[in-house]
Amino acid sequence: MNSPARGAISRLEGIVSGGALTSDPEKLVGYTIDGLTPSAAVRPSSPEEIVEIVKFAGSENLAIVACGARTKIGIGLAPRHYDIAIDATRLNRVVAYDPGDLTLSVEPGVPICNLQRSLNEHGQFLPHGAPFMTRATVGGTFASGVEGPLRQMYGTARDFVLGMEFVTGDGVAGKSGGRVVKNVTGYDLHKLLIGSLGTLGIITKINLRTFPSPQPVRGFAAHFAHAADALACRDSVATSALRPITFDILSSHVADLFSGDAARRIEPNELPDGLLSRNGWTLATGFSGNDDVLDRCENELRAMAESAGGTHFARIGDDKTPSAVAAAFGRVREFVPIALESSAACTIMKLSVLPEHLEHAIAAAMHAADDHSLPWAAVARGIGVIYVALLPDARDEKFMKCVAGATNRIHEDCARLGGNSTIPWCPGEWKSALNVWGPERPDLPLMRKIKSVFDPQGILAPGRFVGGI
Amino acid sequence: MDAKLLGELQKLLGSDNVLHKAEDLLLYEYDGSVEIGRPDCVVFPQNTEQVVGIVALANRFQTPLVGRGAGTGLSGGALARTGGILTVFSRMNRILQVDAKNQRASVQPGVVNSDLSAAVAHLGLHFAPDPSSQKACTIGGNVSENSGGPHTLAYGVTTNHVLGMQVVLPTGELVRIGGSAVDATGYDLTGLFVGSEGTLGLVTEITVKLTRLPEETKTLLAIFDRVEDATETVAELTARGITPAACEMLDGWSLRAIEAYIHAGYPVDSAAVLLIDVDGLREAAAAQVQKVGEVCRAHNAREVRAAKDSKERDLLWKGRKNAFAAVGRLSPCYYVQDGVIPRTKLPATLRRIEEIGKKYGFEIGNIFHAGDGNLHPIVPFDPRDKDQFRRAVAASDEIIEYCVAAGGTITGEHGVGMEKDRLMPLMFSEAELELMKRVRNAFNPAGLLNPEKIFPSKKGCGEIHSRPLRGAPSEVSVA
Repeated sequence: MNSPARGAISRLEGIVSGGALTSDPEKLVGYTIDGLTPSAAVRPSSPEEIVEIVKFAGSENLAIVACGARTKIGIGLAPRHYDIAIDATRLNRVVAYDPGDLTLSVEPGVPICNLQRSLNEHGQFLPHGAPFMTRATVGGTFASGVEGPLRQMYGTARDFVLGMEFVTGDGVAGKSGGRVVKNVTGYDLHKLLIGSLGTLGIITKINLRTFPSPQPVRGFAAHFAHAADALACRDSVATSALRPITFDILSSHVADLFSGDAARRIEPNELPDGLLSRNGWTLATGFSGNDDVLDRCENELRAMAESAGGTHFARIGDDKTPSAVAAAFGRVREFVPIALESSAACTIMKLSVLPEHLEHAIAAAMHAADDHSLPWAAVARGIGVIYVALLPDARDEKFMKCVAGATNRIHEDCARLGGNSTIPWCPGEWKSALNVWGPERPDLPLMRKIKSVFDPQGILAPGRFVGGI
Repeated sequence: MDAKLLGELQKLLGSDNVLHKAEDLLLYEYDGSVEIGRPDCVVFPQNTEQVVGIVALANRFQTPLVGRGAGTGLSGGALARTGGILTVFSRMNRILQVDAKNQRASVQPGVVNSDLSAAVAHLGLHFAPDPSSQKACTIGGNVSENSGGPHTLAYGVTTNHVLGMQVVLPTGELVRIGGSAVDATGYDLTGLFVGSEGTLGLVTEITVKLTRLPEETKTLLAIFDRVEDATETVAELTARGITPAACEMLDGWSLRAIEAYIHAGYPVDSAAVLLIDVDGLREAAAAQVQKVGEVCRAHNAREVRAAKDSKERDLLWKGRKNAFAAVGRLSPCYYVQDGVIPRTKLPATLRRIEEIGKKYGFEIGNIFHAGDGNLHPIVPFDPRDKDQFRRAVAASDEIIEYCVAAGGTITGEHGVGMEKDRLMPLMFSEAELELMKRVRNAFNPAGLLNPEKIFPSKKGCGEIHSRPLRGAPSEVSVA
């Protein structure tokens, strides 16, 4: 830490309430991002305090990274500067919950699983099956823009976040949207904040739509020799009347990952027997509805799987074994944390393509990994998203080059398909050698404009976002 | 207007595509709201290059520029409030691509909403947002206003169905934002542009999601003798997590107006009806019909009638979708609000609207998206009676203030435009509005694109109230 920053930190102590600031190097290690450790971490207890901290940081030209439980703090490029961590975990109130209206207003530090438990008491839930579920906060989940298998039915954060409050880089308490389910008043600024990695504002409140828990639910697994067969089954379902709530296709390597030692450390850690194919691809899908609906879904899905070349079809669980269904879908949801836990050098690419191009994108990823002798595992969602985990044996220079070669090729192939590709997770020291945000987009200049409006001084997580924003 | 600018526009577009005579402009000085704004000229671009050219000319001549689709908007969003060039997209109305396999379509902004659904129906698909004006309104307009409609209850509003677009920025640059795949990398610019009411750019191409048509749709008409029972039914359906595809309420006053015009088969002696669509798999729809029926009957529904065939269903919906036209036959002018409230507050809010009506001497009608809590109270007034007009605005304002106090908002789907700019401070602080303005200015630095919309001007409320309104004395009558 340079000495001007040290002096500033002591002045910062004067503006935050007692005990909310730490500059103890041992504690600060936990806030390290890609080898950078801040000079201080602050745990504010009100949005007003955040305004004061941000204004202070602005006046001293100190860089801030906001965080929650820090489960996804590694996403994005390394920050160019990092002086203060604003830890939002003390902003952890459910401000309002109106079960009768199915709306909710929460502070960012609420752990997402606690929230799910409270909603569950009213037969409701937040349809955001995002990874790191047992530890993640609501704020971090939305700020990082992660998504999950439930998007098949419910969409992503942009579809159910109703409004937000936030503090911009120049200390303005901003707001957009509202608390009701339909609203076109003013610009939808909250859509910009979703997935912005804290580069536009520090979220202080999130208004959400809740949903009735889908019950009962039945889960199914079908095995296929090739990804193409599983995708043919996807196409049949997509043109049928069936409306699955999740629809994921898993490579054979996922079976190894899910049954490995590392996976046992990630909850939920019980995997139903026979769920995953070890020599082909597995389709894991779920439906909800009454028995008549579920019976019909089961029969039609089985027929579709068979005609697509399915080699095995089984019910994962049903309303009599809800924990089996929850465990199976929990595993699929936690693919990223499990892969990260399995290899210190794990590098995960996220691709999004038109559903029609899933097959090509998967094949491209597979060939790029194989050609660079990298073990890999992949999960593809039916709506057109693929996560490819590259699992090198060691976190060293040699493997970094292999990973750079493979990921560059995947970026190119994905761009040729008109899709998007990024590397949300990789070892921090590899970020300068990898193309973390993928090929440059034509709308990058507009994103820079947005950044300059929200954070004119560039003190919010500088450099983490696309194009080094 | 500047003769030189007019000449340049005629050169760019051909004189057939430029209107500038007073009698021609008259048609374009209004939309579906009570506002007026007269452009200096109206232009009809036929391709993106021409739109780029129009923007360049607006910049060169420092002339205001406003985009417009079919002019069905309900908040003055597509009116040339400060004059200038009104760019009408009705001749850019081609469906560029239908991609059934990926459930996508690319369209020009002037494509009429229901034309897209009609064009893909044979593929078992549709474009889900369905504003009541869908037979006239354009997808470009839907994007600008983030339009809703009855079936957005289950299917979401426009923003949930738009993935990307091509935009001409006010500075003249042509850019593509978002894409056809989901999760475009970076900030969600598409999410910002949808609903920005034409203040950030002129959209020239839109990529939308197409939604599979449900296997089964059942339409129910639940008939009530008390408004309260209908609103309680909606609150309970919501609380029990029963989400129909659509759940519309029409009160007795509206029913009688519609029935006289459309003959949709509505019970004219009832206090309110709920028009409910239930859809999905056959088995799921059947179960939901039963559940909905139970809740209606538990709240004293006199009758829950199921449309026996698609003909009867279409007729019931025709009544709803033409409701405002029907009201127009009863009253020379009416003021429609668009407030939203938490669904738990529906019964109390409808009671309050009735009280407000009594206070100001109106019978206020209600035709609205009950399932979303999106109210459309209709205050009929005679524009020749200045006092009545003032009372109509006052009554509407009081309803909106009540919605905001109940935790709701001032507009659910019609937009802020010219009509509700003065109400924005009810929702946002000065600092919050200033931040939104900074976003606008980043894209629209000279303020030439759709000026004086969304954000309140510095003038006092009284002064704004006296602005010329359509239908007011000395203005064109629409009766």
